[in-house]
Amino acid sequence: MSVTEGTDVVVIGSGFGGAIAAYHLAVGGARVVVLERGPWLSADEFDQDFKLGSSYTRIFDFTIGDGMSVLSGNCVGGGSVVYFATMPRAPGFVFERQGSIGRRMWPASISRETLDPWYDRAVEALPVTKQSWDQVPYGGGLWAAACRHAGRTANPAPTAVDVARCTNCNWMAAGCKFDAKRSLLLNYLPGAVEHGAEIRPLHEVQHLSRNDDGSYRVHYRIVDEVDYRVLHGSGAIDAKIVVLAAGTGATPVILQRSEPTLGAMPPAVGRYFSGNGERLNTAVFDEGKVRDLLGLSREDGVAYEAHQIGRGPTVASWDKLDGSLPEYERFSLEQLYFPPGLGTILAQAPDAGGPTWFGPEKKELLRRWKSWLTIFTMSEDDNEGVFGPPPATGSATRFSQQMLGHSSLQYHPTPNTRRGWELSDADVKDILERDGLAQVTPWTNDVVGAYTVHPLSSCRIGDDPATSALDDRHELRDHPGIFVTDGSAVPGALTVNPALTIAALAERAMPGIVQAARDRGVSVSYLGDLPEGVESSQARVLGRT
Amino acid sequence: MTLEAFADTIIPGEKRSSDDRAIAGVSTGGGAVTSGAVELLEHPAGGLAESLTGLAHLLNGHAVQYATEHAVQLDDEVPPFVALSFADRTALVARLTAVDHPEKALWVGVALFSNMAFDSAAHLSTAAAIADGHPGLLTMGYAPPDAEGTWQFPRYSYGRVLADLHPNTTPTGSPA
Repeated sequence: MSVTEGTDVVVIGSGFGGAIAAYHLAVGGARVVVLERGPWLSADEFDQDFKLGSSYTRIFDFTIGDGMSVLSGNCVGGGSVVYFATMPRAPGFVFERQGSIGRRMWPASISRETLDPWYDRAVEALPVTKQSWDQVPYGGGLWAAACRHAGRTANPAPTAVDVARCTNCNWMAAGCKFDAKRSLLLNYLPGAVEHGAEIRPLHEVQHLSRNDDGSYRVHYRIVDEVDYRVLHGSGAIDAKIVVLAAGTGATPVILQRSEPTLGAMPPAVGRYFSGNGERLNTAVFDEGKVRDLLGLSREDGVAYEAHQIGRGPTVASWDKLDGSLPEYERFSLEQLYFPPGLGTILAQAPDAGGPTWFGPEKKELLRRWKSWLTIFTMSEDDNEGVFGPPPATGSATRFSQQMLGHSSLQYHPTPNTRRGWELSDADVKDILERDGLAQVTPWTNDVVGAYTVHPLSSCRIGDDPATSALDDRHELRDHPGIFVTDGSAVPGALTVNPALTIAALAERAMPGIVQAARDRGVSVSYLGDLPEGVESSQARVLGRT
Repeated sequence: MTLEAFADTIIPGEKRSSDDRAIAGVSTGGGAVTSGAVELLEHPAGGLAESLTGLAHLLNGHAVQYATEHAVQLDDEVPPFVALSFADRTALVARLTAVDHPEKALWVGVALFSNMAFDSAAHLSTAAAIADGHPGLLTMGYAPPDAEGTWQFPRYSYGRVLADLHPNTTPTGSPA
């Protein structure tokens, strides 16, 4: 039976965009309901287990589109629960990018300088810290030493991992059972709940409609807790404000499906998708060269053989984050552990005489898995992704009980994007094959298309209505009262891990969303505080509102 | 047997016995089949279980067509795909998973699960799989859990400065 209820604000999704909105609106006095399509797990439910049905398959989605596959969170806390918590700020030149539209794609009101105070807040809330070299796991150390051997620099990257708690188990994609990773389950979300926000897991929003009084009705289905292909009852909630933060792969789909009931969407909804220019190279190291050329060895005398040990990307090469370089030639390179299950299939055997991603030579590559290091490129793509017609429910057609699905995303990389990838591939090869240190081959796009763990821009902010679905306050054009605060709002590729920028943009959007709620009769104030009483940035942001 | 032969083409292994026809035997040690590829394909959570009979039929149809095109004589005692040599199985799988093949999504799916059986034993609990000598995880050298059944690595760092920082690093540790 369908039930309709009412609240002040419905937040769709509980990742960075949703959690930050839920926190500030609830603290400010609004009645907030958060609808999250995935389950709600905590540390003791995060498994170190690849088995189907464990947290490893329950809490993220791998959706295969035409030319692009996307990894994203599917749980309370969203991407923050499955991400690797590498949290650099985007370099200043990113905000001046023109990309495929030939003029500045970011709103005039946003630059690195104007965003820095909002970055500060997210850094305080999670918190994000710098790592020292003696905290860097073997894989990051190997990448750093290889960079130095090639005459390059390398940085331990800022992280939202409490390194003192971390066991370097490398199970981050299944959730952190030690609560070392500072996900939203540990800060914004409990803060929101403490102030009255209600979080409802396994509620998948299907579409929105508009009521006669200008409020919105949010229509959802209940997802089976084991088999996500099975949908149970339906319901609806009326709200004066809707904050849409379902994720880059889901937010535009919900809006596309809502067109019959909401009216025409801005043309940029479901367009300009960016894969953050991401690309993966697999290196297999010569252990003898690691010892002799780089002078590295572990306590047990082994030079490396430590692919399994660590915590995602810890060391980054920023030598090509040079604003004086032409657009599409700038990128960062990070060392990365990509867990078995979905990743190794794409690794290609170097110098193979037969097929590279399967077969005998691939198996020989797998025998040397402990000596692998994956190098992760984040470059400047051309926002060339477009979503096709939405599926009947959800954001993708689920193929497996959990995790796997087919999306309507089409991504056919332009020569600009391909050139950036080729430059970064050549750079990785130059660094790692020097003096025979390793053999490197890019992961193949031919199997499941390009691959991103940081989908962006499918519903982006901007000043031009033709190329941005949202204004610079994150409000959906022509649909007042609907705001989008997730990765889909980010205008383009960032050349670095985007989570902190998504969080900073969500923080920046909050005073405006609170004001919009007040204008619609909601009794709410923007207090500018942060979870767990972090107050040092409060005065700065209140001074700006 | 047909699906075993497909899985063995993705990650080959050594024959289970001298009369093993499904496994071509082009590699030493366990491969996808002995890692549990068919068990994983049959797992109801995977999404392929109900399609497997049809997929095997489809694959054998492609094998017959391939054999006809290449004048390969097939042994009637085993399914057509199993009757192909390892080189011919490989060539056919490459064709079916090529970028422009209309059935690409199906065969990439079967390949994905075949690979997952080997690299992550997704039909088994990981700790138990390792304890039982899972061929794939052991071939890769995946470290076993500790006595409590968890993975923790108290030794994890070379413990020293290994590169110069980028000159435009801000006090927050980010690029400028």
